[in-house]
This record gives sequence, C-alpha cells and structure tokens, in this order.
Amino acid sequence: MWEYTDKVREHFLNPRNVGEVENPDGVAEVGSIACGDALKLSFKLDENKRIKEAMFKTFGCASAIASSSALTEMIKGMTLEEAKKVTNQDIAAYLGGLPQEKMHCSVMGKEALEKAIENYQGAPAKEPGAQIICECFGVTDREIERAVRENNLATVEEVTNYTKAGGGCGNCHDAIRQIIERVRAEAKPVAPPKLTNIQKIKRIEEALEREIRPSLKHDGGDIELIDVVGNRVIVAVRGACAACKASDITLKHFVEAKLRDLVSPDLIIEEVAP
Amino acid sequence: MKTVYLDNNATTQVAPEVLEAMLPYFHDLYGNPSSMHSFGGQVAWKIREAREQVAALIGATPDEIIFTSCGTESDNAAIRSALATYPERRHIVTSRVEHPAVKSLCANLAGQGYRITELPVDKNGILDMEQFVGSLTPDTAAVSLMWANNETGVIFPVEKAAELARERGIPFHTDAVQSTGKIPINLQKSAIDMLSFSGHKLHAPKGIGVLYVRKGTRFSPFLIGGHQEKGRRGGTENTPSIVGLGKACELAARDMDAENTTVKRLRDRLESALLTRIPKCRVNGDIQQRLPNTTNISFEFVEGEGILLLMNEHGICASSGSACTSGSLQPSHVLRAMGVPFTMAHGSIRFSLSIYTTEEEIDFVIEKLPPIIERLRSMSPYWTSIAQACVSA
Repeated sequence: MWEYTDKVREHFLNPRNVGEVENPDGVAEVGSIACGDALKLSFKLDENKRIKEAMFKTFGCASAIASSSALTEMIKGMTLEEAKKVTNQDIAAYLGGLPQEKMHCSVMGKEALEKAIENYQGAPAKEPGAQIICECFGVTDREIERAVRENNLATVEEVTNYTKAGGGCGNCHDAIRQIIERVRAEAKPVAPPKLTNIQKIKRIEEALEREIRPSLKHDGGDIELIDVVGNRVIVAVRGACAACKASDITLKHFVEAKLRDLVSPDLIIEEVAP
Repeated sequence: MKTVYLDNNATTQVAPEVLEAMLPYFHDLYGNPSSMHSFGGQVAWKIREAREQVAALIGATPDEIIFTSCGTESDNAAIRSALATYPERRHIVTSRVEHPAVKSLCANLAGQGYRITELPVDKNGILDMEQFVGSLTPDTAAVSLMWANNETGVIFPVEKAAELARERGIPFHTDAVQSTGKIPINLQKSAIDMLSFSGHKLHAPKGIGVLYVRKGTRFSPFLIGGHQEKGRRGGTENTPSIVGLGKACELAARDMDAENTTVKRLRDRLESALLTRIPKCRVNGDIQQRLPNTTNISFEFVEGEGILLLMNEHGICASSGSACTSGSLQPSHVLRAMGVPFTMAHGSIRFSLSIYTTEEEIDFVIEKLPPIIERLRSMSPYWTSIAQACVSA
C-alpha cells in the first residue's frame, strides 16, 4: 500500500471543486487513458483578473485526484502571474508530500495549469520544436528537460517518477540519460528545492534514523531531535555519546555533514543546552 | 469496521484447525526432527504424517514431496534443477502471463544466455496449444507453465501440455500456487514432472511451500546443506508450518466440493450482480476455464487504485491490475498479454473468495461497489463525454 499523507487521503476522499466551470476563461486537458491518468482543468477569472473559480475532472489514482483537488484550492484567488509561479513541488508540499513514484501526479497538475493559462492568453498550446522521446507515454524532450531542471533530477528512474517517461518499454532510457547529462552540464548548480518546515523536519528525522543513528548505536550512543528552528537543528546526545568528550566533534564532523549532505547544505547542528 | 476479505489469491487466513495443529510445535514439541532422541523423533513422525497429507491432496506419493519456504523457492528450485539436468540445452518455454516467481527468473536466465519463449495467450487468456507444440525443440531444457493464473483465474491445460513435453523428453514444471486446493489435482495420472505450491494460499501460514518432484525425475538441489528432505533441500525443517500445511491440505481435500459449489456460486453471484448493476464493465479471462473463486472485472474509465481505496473505506479488500497499484507505470502484464484495452486494464479489480466468504459479505460488496464506481466516474473527464455520446446516439 502507498504511504499517503493524511492530507492526500483527505483530498482523495473529499475532493474539492470537482466538475467543469461554466463558460470558463481557461481550460486544458493533459494526460490520457493509455497513460493511466488524465486531468481536465478549467478556471474563471473575476473582474480583478484573479482566479475566481477553478474546477477539475480527473481520471487516475488517489494521488492524481488529490493533486488536482489541491491545485484548484491553491490557485483560487491568485492572479495569473501568481498562478504561473506555482510549481509541482508546491502542489506536493500542499499535500504534505507525495511518494516519489507518484510525483508525476503533481507534474500533471502543473502542466494542466500552465496549459489552461496559455489557453486563456492565446499562447501556443504545444511548445514549438518539441520532440517525443518516450513513445509509450508521449513525453517530449522539453518536458523532460524541464522536469530535470526544476526538480534537479539525476537518474532515469527519477525522470520516470516525475514525468512517466521511460516507464514503459524502456527503449528511450538512453535518450533520457543524454538529456539528463545535457541539462545538468548546462545548468549552473541549481539551488536545491526549497523545503517547507515540515518537509525539512521529516527529512532530518529520516536521515537521523537511517544514516546516523545506526552508526552512533554501534558505539553505544544515540541522538534525539529536539527542535528545528530555521536552519538550526537542535539535538540531544544520549547513551555513550552523552559522556563522550569527542561528542561535539562527532556532531560537527559526522552528524552535521551527513544532514547537510542529505537534507540541506545550510543546516547547523546545535546541542541542546544541558 | 468489519473486514470483508476478497483477496484470497494474495493470501488467506490460517484456518483455526491449522493454527491449533501448529501450536504445540512452537513451545512444547520443539525438538529437531533430525535428533537421535525421541523428543525430536516424535516431531519427525509428525512431519511424515504431514507429508502424507500433502501428497494425498495432489495424488502424489510422500517421497515426491519436498518442503520449501515458499512458492517462489519451489519455482526457482524446479527450473534451475531442470537446467542443471540438461546443461547442454539452452532454451526455456514459458508463458507471457506467469507469476513474477517464474517470469523474473526467466528474464534473469535470459541475461545468462538462455533463450526464452514466452507463449502468448488469446483475449480470454487461453494458451494456444499449437504454438506450444511448435515451441518445443531438442534444445528445450524446461517448460514452466502456470496451472491457473493468479490475476484472472484462467486455467491452462497443463496436463495435456505435460504429455506433449514428455513425448519430446522435456522436463515439465507447473506453478500450481493458485490451483492447489481449489481444483482437483491428481499427479499420478499426469505427466507433470515438477509442481510448486504455497501454504499461505490454502489456509496454511506464510513461509512454507512445496515442490513435488516425480519419482525418477533427476533433481539437483537449490539449497545445499544438511540431509533434510533426503538431501534435496537443506535447512532445518519448519516444523510448525509443515504440520500446519499438512492439516491445511487435509482440509482442502475435505472442502474441495464446497469450493467448486458454494464458493463458485458466491463468485458467480457477485460477478453477475456487478455486471448487471454497473454499466460499462466486463470480465477479464475465460469464464469457463477458470478457478471457482476468482473474478477479474474491469470498470471502464476509472482507475483501480481509487476503487480499492474507496472500497477500503468500507473494509472491503481486493486487488487491482492498474498501473498505479503496482508501482510500475503500466497495467498488469497479464491483462496486457490478453490485449485488454488500456481503458479497461487501468480499472480492473480482482475479487478472490475463499471457503470462509459469506453470503452477507458478497451482498455487502454488491451494495457498496456501484456507488463507488459512479462516484469515480463522475470525477473522470472521459465518463461525461462517453455518457453524452451514449445519450445522443
């Protein structure tokens, strides 16, 4: 069973804004039955050019329905300029995160939003010169490039999770690999995705549990997360570590380095005041 | 909330009689059956009895039964043994709809230079016997065909296929994980050389499997170790589970008639009620050549994961061949091999019943499912256009 957050579950069980807006200003359809999910998004603007109404119809799994529902809630009240800035990560974050394999649901939401805005503004629906790379799921090079750039993807598997490209016959894996290399070579080091506080705490806990605690326990020590304030990670050392004179070296050189590596390079580790 | 468990092809509850038979072998009779003292020896005696019970269910003799850890181990042991028996042969015949225990193993062997023929099936999931015969060559080291399909319940004519393989001197293995205990099996009257099955599909616990190896079939062990199972499978016997499996096989033989009458009737009731009450749905797989407990139904224009999670809200357990539930992006390989259209494959749900399924549970599902499908369809962008097309046509 997928590990969905309560928020995903809640939006799936009680989806907001299901349907189609009457006389919409912008409308778009992305995905297809063959791909396993599809989303039709429509919106209407008020007199101040803010999104007054947004509605969706979705064929797809629980996370696709929840992502669509979240998207319509998020963009209500936004100007189109604001709405354009909504990323797939914002959608995932709104839902408290999505399983990696389901990130493509948030990407589908972002794509539908973009196309619906283009539909209103009269911009071309398809990016010119885009070339289909994954024939199974009809994903273009532009779409892959963008997913790689915006989400800092490094492997074919990640690209598949975010765009579905490569999830079928696998013939395009080499082509995807080349796109990843090209984009990553061009791009200056991309700022890592901004984490919400909850995401940050979750990731820190995960890193502690998986990477750090086992090593400390090996030497009879342990560590406990007390609080996260901005980039300050406040911890308490336990067991053998509490009595160990070298514990601040362990904290700086091992724990902090690991957390910076796995979560965010700006983290600073602090021991809780005794 | 009450659980309505219609996912018995995934796993089954341990029968109360089975659990009761097992319990003494955890704490009181924990001796090692290989020991020289009678404290252990009495356990060996009990294992002998279990071996007889297992053999009786499938028409084998006790010394043709090897206890393993699961169906997957049995499948691996059987196929690898056939390959070891004929090291000069480099070809394996199997089907496109096998369980991963066979399918992935064959894919792995393909990477080691074996040539694999994956036989196709027709739209009802039936094997083409002419193609099967045509695929057998002097280079064929093993045939492995499932007896019944886990997703659709469709039954392959493995007894006939085994005869055809024997005529050509090719070892024949069948993965009978889904059919054992559900339909009569008599290996004495068949040409099947090896057969795998698993305890947890027939009300024994997880972690116990069986590999049947016909007397006279050359066998090369998969797990090499002690002298257990006459040197054919090393490792201290899983005594509680072996005892439990023996009991489960005895019960399965007793309940075989009920499985093919009562359970079948409930399955048919569920199937026909859903087909009547819900528009645009259909059964996947041949409805004649099929296990009595399984139905696989596709609900067009909705996605299986959503159906499962909404049924879950009512405590109803089933499974789906949709892409979203598998973690891969493509729907079930079984449904794709049958050429089920994508619009149908994504919305496929498998219900698998057991001897413990009640009339009330079936009624409950018949009541709860139609509104679930309607609700998901009302959210689907495709449903409106189809519904409109139907109205205007």
